[in-house]
Amino acid sequence: MKINDFVIKFANVNGSGSASANSLFAKAVFRMGVPVAPKNIFPSNIQGLPTWFEVRVNGNGFLGRREGIDVMVAMNPQSWADDLASIVPGGYLLYDSTFIREIERDDIKTIGVPLTKLCNERFTVPRERQLFKNVAYVGALTALLDMDFEVVKGMVSEQFKGKEKLIEPNIDALELGRQYSLQHFDCPLDVRVQASDAVGDQILMEGNAAVGLGCVYAGATVAAWYPITPSTSVAEAFDMYCHKLRVDKETGKKKFAVIQAEDELAAIGMVIGANWNGARAFTATSGPGISLMSEFLGLAYFAEVPVVLVNIQRGGPSTGMPTRTQQSDITACAYASHGDTKHVLLFPSNPSEAFDFAMESFDLAERLQTPIILMSDLDLGMNEWTTRPLKIDETKEWDRGKVLDAEELDNVEKFGRYLDVDGDGIPYRTYPGTHPDKGAFFTRGTSHNEYAGYTEDGSVNVRVMERLLKKFNTAKTLVPEPVFGQSTQSSTMGLVYFGTTDIAIPETMNLLKSKGIQLDTMRIRAFPFCEDVVNFINDHEQVFLVEQNRDGQMRSLLITECEIDPAKIVPILNYDGFPITATCIADMVSNLLGKQMSGADAGNFAAE
Amino acid sequence: MSYLAKPKFHHPNLPRNDLGLTRRDYEGSMSTLCAGCGHDSVSAAIVEACFELNLPAHKVAKMSGIGCSSKTPTYFLSKSHGFNSVHGRMPSIATGANVANNELKYIGVSGDGDTASIGFGQFAHAVRRQVDMLYIVENNGTYGLTKGQFSATNDRESVGRKGQENAFECIDLAAMAIQLGASFVGRGFSGDKDQLVPMIKAAISHKGFAFIDVISPCVTFNNHVGSTKSFEFVRDNEHTVTATDYVPTKEEIKIEYETGTTIDVMLHDDSHVRLRKLDADYNPSDATAAMQHIMRYQEQGEIATGLLYLNVNDTELKEKMHLVDAPLNALPFSQLCPGADDLEKINNSLR
Repeated sequence: MKINDFVIKFANVNGSGSASANSLFAKAVFRMGVPVAPKNIFPSNIQGLPTWFEVRVNGNGFLGRREGIDVMVAMNPQSWADDLASIVPGGYLLYDSTFIREIERDDIKTIGVPLTKLCNERFTVPRERQLFKNVAYVGALTALLDMDFEVVKGMVSEQFKGKEKLIEPNIDALELGRQYSLQHFDCPLDVRVQASDAVGDQILMEGNAAVGLGCVYAGATVAAWYPITPSTSVAEAFDMYCHKLRVDKETGKKKFAVIQAEDELAAIGMVIGANWNGARAFTATSGPGISLMSEFLGLAYFAEVPVVLVNIQRGGPSTGMPTRTQQSDITACAYASHGDTKHVLLFPSNPSEAFDFAMESFDLAERLQTPIILMSDLDLGMNEWTTRPLKIDETKEWDRGKVLDAEELDNVEKFGRYLDVDGDGIPYRTYPGTHPDKGAFFTRGTSHNEYAGYTEDGSVNVRVMERLLKKFNTAKTLVPEPVFGQSTQSSTMGLVYFGTTDIAIPETMNLLKSKGIQLDTMRIRAFPFCEDVVNFINDHEQVFLVEQNRDGQMRSLLITECEIDPAKIVPILNYDGFPITATCIADMVSNLLGKQMSGADAGNFAAE
Repeated sequence: MSYLAKPKFHHPNLPRNDLGLTRRDYEGSMSTLCAGCGHDSVSAAIVEACFELNLPAHKVAKMSGIGCSSKTPTYFLSKSHGFNSVHGRMPSIATGANVANNELKYIGVSGDGDTASIGFGQFAHAVRRQVDMLYIVENNGTYGLTKGQFSATNDRESVGRKGQENAFECIDLAAMAIQLGASFVGRGFSGDKDQLVPMIKAAISHKGFAFIDVISPCVTFNNHVGSTKSFEFVRDNEHTVTATDYVPTKEEIKIEYETGTTIDVMLHDDSHVRLRKLDADYNPSDATAAMQHIMRYQEQGEIATGLLYLNVNDTELKEKMHLVDAPLNALPFSQLCPGADDLEKINNSLR
């Protein structure tokens, strides 16, 4: 019996209208109080190619991706064979039995519902017949999985509020599947959803929406962007929330500007221009956009203009896998642009933290006068996550950084845009138009002295470059600290990870524990690395570093920046474009430990 | 270039404008361009125009890209903030700055390489968005800082310094600007200050994207016989289609011209542009006709100069985007952060 612990996968044809029905299913489970992790596995296509929707249902909150499908809703003949192969022995296949299909497995249970036939009898318009097939299988699942039908019906009514005409046919379609299942099968199956309070006050939200909303709350007024999967919905969410929250009620005019730029170069250029003028501005992009923005990132770094750049990482290199997830832009972002450049990176691991970090990014960008790159990924950005409610601290004011106003300029004897007055490497800036006689300076990407004047004097350039390094060291004290899984050291070995890998970790630790392996954990949340990150690695004999890329980019960064012995950091890598699973991490770790344990130093790696 | 620092003192009786400022107050640091460079005349024309317009310099932002021309914002308006960005990318910086605060006057200076080649895309989009700014191209048909390669505005069959002929079609930036929807398009010659200064004044007063293509010969790399961007060639082949008079708000229009030969246009700040048609057939309010005219001159090997196109009826970027009147960079925290109650509503909508 699998109660509140299964994976269901919907195999559909892209463009067949399955997305809303599948979301309806996931949200209904969530409404029943059971944690869910829906994942949309979609092609770079509008219509015709296979697309999948995978939902992990887990009462314990283990919501990382899990291999092995317990229930497969196979609606796509194109992917039929592969879909069948992915069902676990003893699992279920739900399919449209209007058509005769060859089912070559005898170790799974099949449930044939004549969805096409039922819908063709009930509906007349071709598009309705197509769309309601999807709703009908959700109806069937409510019976098969013992779901609360009232919850599902209530959601349909909510969804079509204002379009009441659509409620009735949708409920009819649900009933078609539900009644057929109740009549023909022994409902419920031994895979079930049972109402629970495990969700608590959590919400179901996409990371990109959280980032967009975070930018609204941070007071961003300018968003310039260029459409690219999977970051498009960041700008769209910002726009949507701004239309709700930032339109002047009297005049109908906007307190925000969203500019769809001609390309990513222009997008970040506009962001630099707006930030230079003292407006909070951001852009969102993905891998190819990062490459294009690199030139401007160098300018913003060197001329010290705040920038917030959201990078929703996808599969690379080049155009790569635009609809798959990876953490493979770390090196490219940390050192984006030519010359000696370094950028501050933040690694959120869930939508709530993405919201917090989006807000934090603007404070950091203005405090440090440099680009802040928010390193999300497709898995976080485009999937809905069960995540803690969003919160703001209303007592906290924004940190606009070191900006001199007219009065302060009057008290300054000689303003030097790039003078290190406070010894933290962060100079003072002024907005254009502040003072009739003082504070004007020339922002430039050419080498400059402390007064923003052009210089080819190498010693001056060295001075400026060293101050920038000092500023980067100051950043270490300002960026989010790592999160530790334990309060005191309990193992000689550590597990280090970042970003969306976090969701797989509780389950990983469970799996490792069952194998007798115990590790201390640390989640890195920012680059540059603060002292605690280095200490954790130094305090352990060896650490495993989990990354969703081929080259162990975070590992390289740690080795380069913190002068850590490469042998000390063992890479655990997954980069097939799917979110990393707990099984994958636990297997790799235990295999490595097994191999090492067979050696002379076995004692070093034994868990307590 | 001269390397003697300009003394800060000046004659006590230098003329002052309404703000009590002299021309010297609008100058910048010493030019590092070649002696006789056309660009320095353009800088001088900008200084003169800003002085005459009584502009507070700190309310002007100077934008540029990379190249000889893009260096020039250092040489005027030292009390203005400036932004010397990267090659070909000034339009995007100016667009972002403008959206954040359009109470400043934006003067962008670019070159033919910066605009017609590496920055062609950004230029086109700044034009079609009607970014409220003056965009000047100091057009010399050559890459000066890298020592004399042809640029994309170099005329076909124009001859390079070493005798090589340009085989490729030239990009006429003024015609492009009209086609892309610029609401103010002029062409000047750095050697003709009388034409340039009123045109710059009108362009700064104009609301919307104002473009001026200034033929500004490169004395070092493109001023030889056979070049169509040399001082001599431009002087001989310039054909002024309209003469521009700029009339400030408070001044009455006194001079009368023969009916039908002048067009008066009121700009958004109530100042006037008076266009005297030197070419009777030329119509600067008809984009299609204007482009035809410009292209015909070009076919004849002549350069049409003057205020080529003016449309005061289009809206600029901020209006197109329906932004609030106050600059976005001046909106306070209380107006921008929706607060915890709205956040709780959003949380609830996600349950």
